[in-house]
Amino acid sequence: MGTDKQVSPQTTIRVRDLQMRYGEKDVLKSVNFEAKRGEVVVLLGPNGAGKSTTIEILEGFRMRSAGEVEILGQDPAHGNEQWRARIGVVLQSWRDHSRWRVRELLDHLGKYYEPYSTAERKRPLDTDTLIGLVGLQEQSNQMLASLSGGQRRRMDVAIGLIGNPELLFLDEPTVGFDPKARRDFHDVIHGLSDLEDTTILLTTHDLDEAEKLGDRIIILAGGTIVADGSADQLAREASSKAEVRWTQGRKRHVHPTSDATAYVRKLLADNPTGISELEVRHASLEDTYMTIVQQHELPQPTPQQTKGGKS
Amino acid sequence: MNPTLRAARLGLSRGWIEFKQSLRNSQDISWNIGVAVIILAVLWWQRGSEVNGVSLALLTLPSLLGMGIANGGFVGAAGTLSYDREDGTLLRAKAVPQGMVGYLFSRLVTITLTTLMSFIIILPAVFFIDGLTIDGFGVVTLIWIFFLGLLATAPWGAIVGSLVKNSTSGWGLTFMPMVALVAISGIFYPITALAGWIQFIAQLFPVYWLGLGARSIFLPDSAAANELGGSWQLPIVALVLTAWAIVGTIIALRVMKRMARRESGSNVEKRRQEVMQRGY
Repeated sequence: MGTDKQVSPQTTIRVRDLQMRYGEKDVLKSVNFEAKRGEVVVLLGPNGAGKSTTIEILEGFRMRSAGEVEILGQDPAHGNEQWRARIGVVLQSWRDHSRWRVRELLDHLGKYYEPYSTAERKRPLDTDTLIGLVGLQEQSNQMLASLSGGQRRRMDVAIGLIGNPELLFLDEPTVGFDPKARRDFHDVIHGLSDLEDTTILLTTHDLDEAEKLGDRIIILAGGTIVADGSADQLAREASSKAEVRWTQGRKRHVHPTSDATAYVRKLLADNPTGISELEVRHASLEDTYMTIVQQHELPQPTPQQTKGGKS
Repeated sequence: MNPTLRAARLGLSRGWIEFKQSLRNSQDISWNIGVAVIILAVLWWQRGSEVNGVSLALLTLPSLLGMGIANGGFVGAAGTLSYDREDGTLLRAKAVPQGMVGYLFSRLVTITLTTLMSFIIILPAVFFIDGLTIDGFGVVTLIWIFFLGLLATAPWGAIVGSLVKNSTSGWGLTFMPMVALVAISGIFYPITALAGWIQFIAQLFPVYWLGLGARSIFLPDSAAANELGGSWQLPIVALVLTAWAIVGTIIALRVMKRMARRESGSNVEKRRQEVMQRGY
């Protein structure tokens, strides 16, 4: 069974003018982005920005209102089983399969992928390699019910990866984690870059996490994408404004400027002596993020609690 | 092998694995023992009473078999489906290629085996109830009534399980009607003792016919005189069950397809929050 023909093998995700409307409420107004093969893309945004809605549409679990979506060359709304086999979804587990043992469940689920194995992409992944990758060697014969929250989450990742997917989706993977579990989880995701050409799309509302994990960060706010780039790029774009601070005499000065270099040059030329504690501070990614989110959230009326839960 | 066929086979093995897990689970074991104790106590207590010269316990035991089929199909399917939707088992199946096929077959296995299990636990009754008989024709009848009975009832359970909001209502909305039907279908005492209009309602549903069919297998032919119309009416049993099976399957496939399309991570998360809030 061969893989499907793709328009461009380099583009894994292509989203054009994606819209989602629940009743009167526009959750997604116009979302546009692409992801290339092998990229780790983080969809960042405040709660209720539409991250889960977006990722569920891309996973083929939710129908969109309008727009074009192409995942691995196919429309997820009509994705067949062959397409499904190329995608991994990391779901939040809770009490499902609690009586299954770690290795037993991975072995079982892996068998569904065997017919979809190709010469260039072996499916499923070897169970023991996978268990090692997510660090569950010691728990491999334990029942899922006996795993800790963090271990269970790593099991979720293993289940998402068992079919050796070309694209892996993770929705808010570390929500409710303590710092240690979060750190361990980040290590697991970093480990995945060793896997051949797996594109990863994950959502989070945590800026630190986005910065740590993403090759690229896409910020979703107010139903549309407001920023797209690497953490550095985003910070640089946003920090066209910088603050120059210095002390002259006993007085501390702060001056916001869009061209810090020129300002400092002039400042020092005008005051050959007497300037001390000079610093130029660019806006951090966090400042950027807060500014962007505030800009897009303030004009909107408070979103009322909808029955649809988080979107 | 064709991937769909392969997934169906994986589903069968999944069903077998999960049935074995249930045999080892202390909660399931104590439930089975509890049910067995209650039923055996009822039968023991009925041993002395007689209806037209036949021991009441002898009438009840096969009737219970019929009830068990309807219960395993209807309540079993609704319970398992609503539970699997609630906790995300179904969503996991959806995320795997051909996973829904596997899921469906696994549940056919678990529902069948769990129903069989509910018979095995009351087997001790044969040691204190005299007069049970079964012949070759009876064995054949038993087999078709068992499978046709599950086919007639499980799709209706699946419909309820697809529509309800949580596993608690999946159980409640099927168990209560089941108790009501059992009460009027001549399971624990002869239907002939009931008012005509109640007999009429009972005959619209599979529980009565399953009880009747099961009695025809284990009771001597002379006992047919106690039934409505004075005979076993096996062709009508087959007809009624087939009708329920066909209509139920057609509706269930549609409802389940629609339900499955709507499953997503945020739905499961929402249900998780609800369960956390109500605390069970």
